[in-house]
Amino acid sequence: MSGWRKYTGLIVTLLIVLLLTFWPLITGKDITRETIFTILLSVALASSLNILLGYTGYVSFGHVVFFGLGGYVGFYLLSVQGWSLWIAMLAGGAASAILAFLLGKAILRLRGGYFALATIGVNEAMRAFINNFEPFGGPVGMTLNFQVYRDYGGPAQALWLSFYMLAALTIIVVIISYSVRMSKFGLGLLAIREDEDAAEVMGVIAPNVKTWAYVLSAIIPGILGVIFFFKNGNIEPAPAFRLHFSIEMIVMVMLGGQGTVLGPVLGGMGYQSLRGYLLTSPLFKNIQLAVAGALLLIIVLFVPAGVVGWLRQRFPALRRVLQ
Amino acid sequence: MILQVEGVGKQFGGLQALSDVTFDLPEGQILGLIGPNGAGKTTLFNCINGVYSPTTGRVVFRGEEVTGSKTYAMAHRGLARTHQIVRPLNELSVRENVTVGACFGREGHGLHKANEIADEIMAFVGLAERADQLAGSLNVGQKKRLEMARALAARPYLLLLDEVLAGLNPSEIAHMVSIVRRIRDERGITIIMIEHVMHAVMNVSDRIFVLDYGKQIAEGTPEEVANNPKVIEAYLGDPELAERLMSE
Repeated sequence: MSGWRKYTGLIVTLLIVLLLTFWPLITGKDITRETIFTILLSVALASSLNILLGYTGYVSFGHVVFFGLGGYVGFYLLSVQGWSLWIAMLAGGAASAILAFLLGKAILRLRGGYFALATIGVNEAMRAFINNFEPFGGPVGMTLNFQVYRDYGGPAQALWLSFYMLAALTIIVVIISYSVRMSKFGLGLLAIREDEDAAEVMGVIAPNVKTWAYVLSAIIPGILGVIFFFKNGNIEPAPAFRLHFSIEMIVMVMLGGQGTVLGPVLGGMGYQSLRGYLLTSPLFKNIQLAVAGALLLIIVLFVPAGVVGWLRQRFPALRRVLQ
Repeated sequence: MILQVEGVGKQFGGLQALSDVTFDLPEGQILGLIGPNGAGKTTLFNCINGVYSPTTGRVVFRGEEVTGSKTYAMAHRGLARTHQIVRPLNELSVRENVTVGACFGREGHGLHKANEIADEIMAFVGLAERADQLAGSLNVGQKKRLEMARALAARPYLLLLDEVLAGLNPSEIAHMVSIVRRIRDERGITIIMIEHVMHAVMNVSDRIFVLDYGKQIAEGTPEEVANNPKVIEAYLGDPELAERLMSE
């Protein structure tokens, strides 16, 4: 394989993301932009989580903690300190990365269900801490002064700006996800997923490799948190650290196909489309989370490899295209 | 000496799995490690390659003390092993499995070079035509060869083989024995092998070391060990039993 054919898997995935991005630009409608914003956010979060869940095999039930913490740190710098959005985004990403690094040293030695439980504990502890942390507004949270949007061309322009930045980040996540999958580092992660002890016997320094995977999967959610709450205009502990959002992220990764680059992209799109339909249908609107739970159960029981994994097993010819 | 084991013991709660095991291994030798089930052979491997930290004694590898090192540190120093119960990375292809060994072993190659090494090793152990198959779909004999290939891809100085012949049929055993011999002769890798298939281990080893209930009961050339009454007793029970039965 030579030239661009080598990268078919990446190109296919990027094309899908680009198509999503250009759709609201073509229609120019705000409502389309909002729908695609939600979908891209899911795609980017699911792809980030996939580095830990899909490649390394560690289930994090509390991944939303990085989204919330990054959002809070960035929001604080924006609204209270009056720093620019760009620096706030970097700070949000850095805060999440540091938290992931420290957590990695502390709880990544746990395996399987114990690690998953610990991640839930971390998220709840963080929510409780922020709830009582006065500089961040405690339980009331913080609200952005509308003046801030002026620096970015007014509120309407700021919404488009958020969208463009989300799209750019989604593309970056996909490229990171692909690069990790194709790298020596990624091979080490896959080895850990399959058999951590055997991987160590072969020389994979599992404690370090796992920690870096965790950090890598936390940075982008931290930045996304800043964009999301900048666009939102206010931040409160409950929406920032919603545990069920974490579980929805897992559903997206599993639905599309854990451990693949394309899987979380399709999973995020599929899940959010389904959710959009459920929320507007009179029958399901109150039980849409129950449907998500049932969906997760069905995937785990019958298609553990997800859509992309299933297609790859079923049609080996597609393997080069679907990565 | 590539490996010096000095008074190594390992205790699990009230169970003394290994006690005071001492031996030296010169470079280029094949050492056979035999003994009844539960004698502590695999525990000894685990103490050497860092799965367990020995309770007493020390392990010296290539002149440096390595007692209680982590398994990955031992891999980087040039020690590789296979597992008695095979541990393939099921959802990865055979080539990826072997590449892991080359990437993270002693020489720590990049992916490109590691892939070349993997191709060469797969051809050496006879897995070349299985390269793109998932490791989980191999049969037992192939999985044993995969374990061997992963260990070899690390280009180790010392290779620990834990029952690579178990569960193989006679023709597979002959093939595997020839591979073991070629690993030493062509690649100059020192080998310790745990084995229950007596004719094979007696045939291929330069020296045999016998464990029983965690203690070393004999050591020497295959002939010496085969005629040692203690060894016969450990394996067959009472050494005079056979004679008495014959005379009755």
